[in-house]
Amino acid sequence: MDIYVLLKRTFDTEEKIVINEGKVSDEGVDFIINPYDEFAVEEAILLRDKHGGEVTVVSVGSEETEKELRTALAMGADKAVLINCEDLEAQDQHTTASILAAFFQDKDYDLILGGNVSNDNSTGQVGPRLAEQLGLPYVTMITNIEVDGNTATLKRDVEGDTEVIEATLPLLVTAQQGLNEPRYPSLPGIMKAKRKPLEEIDYDDLDIDEDEIEAKTETITTFLPPEKGAGKILDGELEVQVKELVSNLHQEAKIL
Amino acid sequence: MGRTVLTFAEIRENELRNVSFEALAAAKDISDGGEVVAAVAGSDDDSLAETLFHYGADRVVKVENEILDHYTNDGYFQAYLQVIQTVKPDVVILGHTALGKDLSPRLAARFNAGLISDATDIEVIDEEVVFTRPIYSGKAFEKKRVKEGTIFATIRPNNIQALDKDSSRTGEVLTEEVVINDLRTVVKEVVRKATSGVDLSEAKVIVAGGRGIKSAEGFKPLEELAEELGAAVGASRGACDADYCDYSLQIGQTGKVVTPDLYIACGISGAIQHLAGMSNSKVIVAINKDPEANIFNVADYGIVGDLFEVVPLLTEEIKSLKVGV
Repeated sequence: MDIYVLLKRTFDTEEKIVINEGKVSDEGVDFIINPYDEFAVEEAILLRDKHGGEVTVVSVGSEETEKELRTALAMGADKAVLINCEDLEAQDQHTTASILAAFFQDKDYDLILGGNVSNDNSTGQVGPRLAEQLGLPYVTMITNIEVDGNTATLKRDVEGDTEVIEATLPLLVTAQQGLNEPRYPSLPGIMKAKRKPLEEIDYDDLDIDEDEIEAKTETITTFLPPEKGAGKILDGELEVQVKELVSNLHQEAKIL
Repeated sequence: MGRTVLTFAEIRENELRNVSFEALAAAKDISDGGEVVAAVAGSDDDSLAETLFHYGADRVVKVENEILDHYTNDGYFQAYLQVIQTVKPDVVILGHTALGKDLSPRLAARFNAGLISDATDIEVIDEEVVFTRPIYSGKAFEKKRVKEGTIFATIRPNNIQALDKDSSRTGEVLTEEVVINDLRTVVKEVVRKATSGVDLSEAKVIVAGGRGIKSAEGFKPLEELAEELGAAVGASRGACDADYCDYSLQIGQTGKVVTPDLYIACGISGAIQHLAGMSNSKVIVAINKDPEANIFNVADYGIVGDLFEVVPLLTEEIKSLKVGV
């Protein structure tokens, strides 16, 4: 199987957000593979180990993304491609999907996996947009995938319910939490990863009309939510506290 | 200037979902004196159209094809595509639900259009539609606009206030028979979740457990409290990682982001990754043994104590409040 994984470099989930001049500051921030994309990398490796073939991890991003791509190679992916678009000014999900669509134009693939959202912008748009541009069927939020010949059977998380879906390859899927437990790269894995191919291309090396990939949306400003005032820690006997809480919720907050 | 705004209403268990009324309220604001159109698929119940009028629709499009009784990406895509081509709206609004998340990017891509996902607020400023949406799971927010062309947006449930029901409103009902062929993904089976009732993303009240729950059985008192409150049960990553519950319950930066009216955190320490998923709830109650727990920093009300003592007391107290003692 020819398997591709879409990967994004994102802030570590434990990072606090600092805003500088209306933009999120990345100064001193630790980066990771977007956790949902990590599920996709793991699943791709498992599928390859079972069915044979090759796993290629692709990222549209900056030069720094090389680090996260190396991590994916250390986990067990075979190849990585970094599509550098640092020079591109107006970018959004339409841009990313269009760049990827151009990349995939001359590729053979059975399965493209991605995370169902990134933990920064959380739009969940890139996977479905890419599938639409490539004319591929897709299944989002999967918690399980089995491949048998040309057929994939998937489980999809639908607000807690599970749909069992059948589809024919080639197919694009996006990973939901619970799909698997991503492995940590082993030491030999890390050593091997250094010699695995990591190709860097520039977005304008692809067959792209720059006007057509220009962002459709624009961020006007970015801000932090208002800080919450200090809460009220209740005291006294537990029974008294609970009574006070309920009466507060009932009368002050008017919730119950 | 007046815009035509199309909303796609969603049905669950034969009822319109709340988020569909919220979408109508958003549409009303955006339409700026234009027209609010609601499309509804997957039901032949005529009373749904009436209800959509009561909540702000000027016109209702009934989308008909029996394939739409169950959601499939290809089926709904073809149907919605046809409705959009008929109505020719300036703005299209869906709920940021399982359906909206799955379908909206594909629709936007087909129209080569911009999509604002997961909006929590919508304003019209100088005739421009400006959306507010959370980023980094609510650790920050951004204001965004679509630069040109048709505007697509999904709205997060529970954030935009629905209009008051006005039973005197009525309007024109159109029927759109849609052509659907070639379903490339087929739903073989739907397994309903074991836990009953309320969905996390739309719940008005959530009772959530963390590591302090100590075991799968530890959720029992929380479920009893949730039942009394008509609440959904959620969990922190700690509780999910420890296998006390299913990952579908996880609230946090990885997991669901929720904004209920009331969030009751039981035995949750308050890691940044969890706070990102719930700290924009309207009222937060924290119950934790550790007075230093971080969760108390975001809580409106805190009780320092053992959740296994506090939660049952709370359930009893709410019971007695309900019977009006």
